[in-house]
Amino acid sequence: MNGATNWPAIAMFAGFVALTLAITRWAARRTRTADDFYAAGGGITGFQNGLAIAGDYMSAASFLGISAQIFADGYDGLIYSIGFLVGWPILLFLMAERLRNLGRYTFADVASFRFAQTPVRTLAAASTLMVVLFYLIAQMVGAGQLIRLLFGLPYPYAVATVGVMMTLYVLFGGMLATTWVQIVKAVLLLGAATFIAGAVLWRFGFSAEALFARAVEVKGTRAIMGPGGFIKDPVSAVSLGLALMFGTAGLPHILQRFFTVPDARAARTSVLWATGWIGWFYLLTFVIGFGAIVLVGTEPAYLDPAGGLRGGGNMAAVHLAHAVGGDLFLGFVSAVAFATILAVVAGLTLSGASAVSHDLYASVFRRGRADQAAELRVSRITVLVLAVVAIGLGVLFERQNVAFMVSLAFALAASANFPVLLTSLLWRGCTTRGVVAGGAVGLLLALGLTILSPAIWVAVLGHAEPVFPYGSPAIFSMPAAFLTIWIVSLIDRSGRAAVDRAGYLPQRVRSETGIGAVGASSH
Amino acid sequence: MDAHEQALVGLADDPRYRRLVRRRSRLGWTLTALMLVAYFGFILLVAFAKPLLARPLAGGATSVGIPIGLGVILLAIALTGVYVRRVNREFDREVDALARGFRA
Repeated sequence: MNGATNWPAIAMFAGFVALTLAITRWAARRTRTADDFYAAGGGITGFQNGLAIAGDYMSAASFLGISAQIFADGYDGLIYSIGFLVGWPILLFLMAERLRNLGRYTFADVASFRFAQTPVRTLAAASTLMVVLFYLIAQMVGAGQLIRLLFGLPYPYAVATVGVMMTLYVLFGGMLATTWVQIVKAVLLLGAATFIAGAVLWRFGFSAEALFARAVEVKGTRAIMGPGGFIKDPVSAVSLGLALMFGTAGLPHILQRFFTVPDARAARTSVLWATGWIGWFYLLTFVIGFGAIVLVGTEPAYLDPAGGLRGGGNMAAVHLAHAVGGDLFLGFVSAVAFATILAVVAGLTLSGASAVSHDLYASVFRRGRADQAAELRVSRITVLVLAVVAIGLGVLFERQNVAFMVSLAFALAASANFPVLLTSLLWRGCTTRGVVAGGAVGLLLALGLTILSPAIWVAVLGHAEPVFPYGSPAIFSMPAAFLTIWIVSLIDRSGRAAVDRAGYLPQRVRSETGIGAVGASSH
Repeated sequence: MDAHEQALVGLADDPRYRRLVRRRSRLGWTLTALMLVAYFGFILLVAFAKPLLARPLAGGATSVGIPIGLGVILLAIALTGVYVRRVNREFDREVDALARGFRA
């Protein structure tokens, strides 16, 4: 650890990279059609998809960012965990099965089902790319800090390494490779986190009370046992709550996972598994964060001269792995955390690329007349472009807390994609003009308010005072999107509006029964 | 509207379809409401009652907020389980019957 190269860690890294490349090679041989590339041929089971979804969700931001936040502020970190989890039931109760019955490759398939294709898909692609970029930045930052800590590699090189790796997975293995890398990683991460949390509790005789008591003693204050400075005002609290809860139901890379299973029943099962795994994981993260307060915060070897964590604030869980399991386990956890980042980044990139190739190129630009080979070529070029952009932004945003960056992605998803999807699924009166106007208002307002908020206006751009004082824009941007959809649809008297409304009933029947859905038979 | 869509619209008038959708929607929205109340109840406690959440539970280090927070996590998993169990048991067969009748 002490500046020396950590050989066990490097061996674990190499082993994991070899494993994932083998998966990619295997998947590449099975990835021929667009169906394979975007949706893994629709042959993933509910249980497998549940693990893959959990894998997508238990990102580096969750594992490193939330444990780091609990390490720093205690209870506040739990607020994130809960918010990230509660979106899942909502997604299941209102949308998951209907999505599966209507869509094929991207959530835009569903959002534009009965509407004019060009405007709705253009909007969906734009919001997908924005959400994907914010999410990517968070993962890149986590990855860069991790690799720098382990290999002493300069941060920009570390970020670039991640970019190159994920490009390989997506380019050659498509959704099949991305899904299996995600499943392998989910199992490893759940195993590692369970071990760390178990080891921490074991030292305290499996008494959470004893752990908390020691943490309070170490910190010298009871403040960590209750909500603190993270939520400054009620508006920010509710706003963040809205973003986290409804953002889940608007994340393009998560929604895309529902098209990899054969039918609605499998979609339902996958959410149950995913919710169970993710809930378990957040319980572990809570123990890990408090464990880090007690076992990492008191150990000078893990601290830099200024009293901060070596390698950056996001590294609490990684140091804790060393504290409970030594060099070898540190290597294992680092490899798993790195794998986590790679897998999530690959899933995100795939969904960004799908938005460009399937929604923009094939459906909008070529009006549905593109051949598959050309569509896949566009997709792969987009992967390369996204990798370059993500590396650049990853370097730019080096000092941001990664859990916070992810919460911004959630705010965009909750403000643009979620209102568009929900109204197009469930409201007969909704029209093309309505969803395009509402989605655009939600997206631009969320984006604008985020730029004016403390995180970017002050922390990145260096202004003294934020124009928008709250931590999250969702409390304004999400209702604004719904309201715009409602008003614009209501006053829409165009010919297209009549087509849109007439299309509701057949769409609704298909979404409820699965009749006519792209099913297992076509795969 | 093509023939397939016409037939789908026809199905929308089928009393079995209407009953199915009404019952399943009620289940979905009821559980959604429960989750919303629990979660935003928690968020409002965070916003307006920080001292309450920070208060020691039974005089120890553990605070009142810990069981409440963990309770919301467990409730989310439990509600998901309730939904999947009920839909698997009650609705899947009805949907299959409707879909079969549609093809015939």
